[in-house]
Amino acid sequence: MTHRGERILDVRALARVEGEGAMHVRVRGDRVDDVRLEIYEPPRFFEAFLRGRRYTEPPDITARICGICPVAYQMSACAAIEDACGIEVGGPIGELRRLLYCGEWIESHTLHIYLLHAPDFLGYPSALELAKDRRDLVERGLALKKTGNDLLELLGGRAIHPVNVRVGGFYRAPAPRELAPMRERLRVALDQALVTVEWVAGFDFPDFTHDHELLALTVPGRYAIETGDVVTTGGLRFGVREFEEHVLEEQVPHSTALHARLAGRGRYLTGPAARYTLNHDQLSPIARQAAAAAGLGADCRNPYRSVVVRAIEIVYAVDEAIRLIDAYEPPVRPAEEVPPRAGAGRGATEAPRGVLFHRYELDADGLVRTARIVPPTSQNQAAIEDDLTRFVGERLHLVDERLTADCEQAIRNYDPCISCATHFLDLSIDRG
Amino acid sequence: MTSAMPTLAVWKFASCDGCQLSLLDCEDELLAVAGRVRVAHFLEASRAVLPGPYDVSLVEGSITTPDDAERIRRVREVSRTLVTIGACATAGGIQALRDNADVAEFASVVYAHPEYIATLATSTPIAAHVDVDYELHGCPVDRRQLLEVLGALLIGRKPNIPAHSVCFECKQRHNVCVVVAHGTPCLGPVTRAGCGALCPAVSRGCYGCFGPAETPNYAALESVPGSVFLEVTRRKEQS
Repeated sequence: MTHRGERILDVRALARVEGEGAMHVRVRGDRVDDVRLEIYEPPRFFEAFLRGRRYTEPPDITARICGICPVAYQMSACAAIEDACGIEVGGPIGELRRLLYCGEWIESHTLHIYLLHAPDFLGYPSALELAKDRRDLVERGLALKKTGNDLLELLGGRAIHPVNVRVGGFYRAPAPRELAPMRERLRVALDQALVTVEWVAGFDFPDFTHDHELLALTVPGRYAIETGDVVTTGGLRFGVREFEEHVLEEQVPHSTALHARLAGRGRYLTGPAARYTLNHDQLSPIARQAAAAAGLGADCRNPYRSVVVRAIEIVYAVDEAIRLIDAYEPPVRPAEEVPPRAGAGRGATEAPRGVLFHRYELDADGLVRTARIVPPTSQNQAAIEDDLTRFVGERLHLVDERLTADCEQAIRNYDPCISCATHFLDLSIDRG
Repeated sequence: MTSAMPTLAVWKFASCDGCQLSLLDCEDELLAVAGRVRVAHFLEASRAVLPGPYDVSLVEGSITTPDDAERIRRVREVSRTLVTIGACATAGGIQALRDNADVAEFASVVYAHPEYIATLATSTPIAAHVDVDYELHGCPVDRRQLLEVLGALLIGRKPNIPAHSVCFECKQRHNVCVVVAHGTPCLGPVTRAGCGALCPAVSRGCYGCFGPAETPNYAALESVPGSVFLEVTRRKEQS
């Protein structure tokens, strides 16, 4: 495999990530020469076939980009189209959207913690194998995940690709009594989520920190999910409408992979660790207490600890869902009227894996002229590869098999969603 | 004992991951299923990969690249029973919107360097490439149907998958008919059942996730006031 001290680590098909990707690491002597998170999922051309579709269609169409976080796509699409049409949707409809989004955070984070990530820390190839020894742990995860899915089904009609979301709001808003049984379920889920925090906080975390600029949405008074301005740990702050002025995408030589960077600054990281670092003051008291008890400080710069942050965010999402149900007042109409007009609109929300940006340009008849989508994993790719380079450099003494497995685990720290990323990785590389 | 358990493999082609996620979404049944089958190849769930052949392969996604057209043949060769799951695998999926367009133009819109992109001009269902034993429709598949198929295959009977229309499920669910009561365009009369009439239950017309029912009566639908075909006609007139 090697010649003149060259060492190649290859994982041809990454397991326990969403979508299909490969990792390629090349070491020459004692230097990590090349690290690539390769994407081989076939392109599906969403931005091309969105053109000419009615402005009401992107929420259902873009949901199909990702079966893991369809609500994120629906919410960012709605926000962008409503922005284009000059309509602001807030009030009870906005709260209902946030409640739906909490369901996706609970489901997606629990999936990642219990079924994708925890087996790494505990030395199992899968949660199914883990269940043979510790069925109670996996059952707890599945129960928590189910509560997230059931919340999605209650509001969205279906957990994967919900049917009840539309531009302007919902097709049907639930009556308060329909939400009451879910509130009881969430009370149980809150305990399960708190135990989950304690459990993952006890994992063995390799000593590793990064210095990436962290980027998240932020909004006064609450932990940003479905709306907000963009802030970074470097002190940048801008509205979603200025997203494309600050976030540039560039092509890396010899690769079709696109790397997002902040103009004049460089790589950055979005996702749970960024949200926690930038917004932890806005977590609810119970989530803040859980974070403190789990030993999370003012920031989270060890990517392995992102599993703890995800657990904290489950606590928050469950707690917030209870609050939203308690405060719920049905909207007068399930959806605001959104008449089309010519123009461009932008929207961004916090998908479980980080900021998801959409931009649509509409014509006067409400047909989509252009569409652009920037998912979190393509934004994080440069940071993931940078971490892998350093990570491997510090572990060259390990045998290939162990080092490769460790690299896979390191990649899973970011919960990469390749189904999302692949279709966009190269797509906005110098469009000229 | 475990070696006698049937083996299950899950494969992904061009898709969103949602249909294989439906298997992990069977929270109440997942561990029971895992106790009855040997999960031999399921990358989304496990690093451990056992060599084939496999008793049951679930295939998600459509064929959109020359490599995948080859890969599905290899999957067929190592699969005793091959079940396609979801709209991509059974019908080409949403990415089949390229089929009526110029895929080179699509690539040039999306990619700065379309020459890097190895893609076929069409997105085709698995059955266009290899023999398929059972098809599960839906975008995504319904997880109860997924369990029905797995359960049936485990005990060696034919899966019971309805081929009638969504209208039947709407009536069973006591939904108010959105076409008759509200004039909302609805594909339910011609769409395959399986979802449980989700959209009409939220006062929305069915948008056809599960594809055509076995014997759809399009002509009758066309005559229904507020039918989706009137909507299509209206849109054609506008454009």
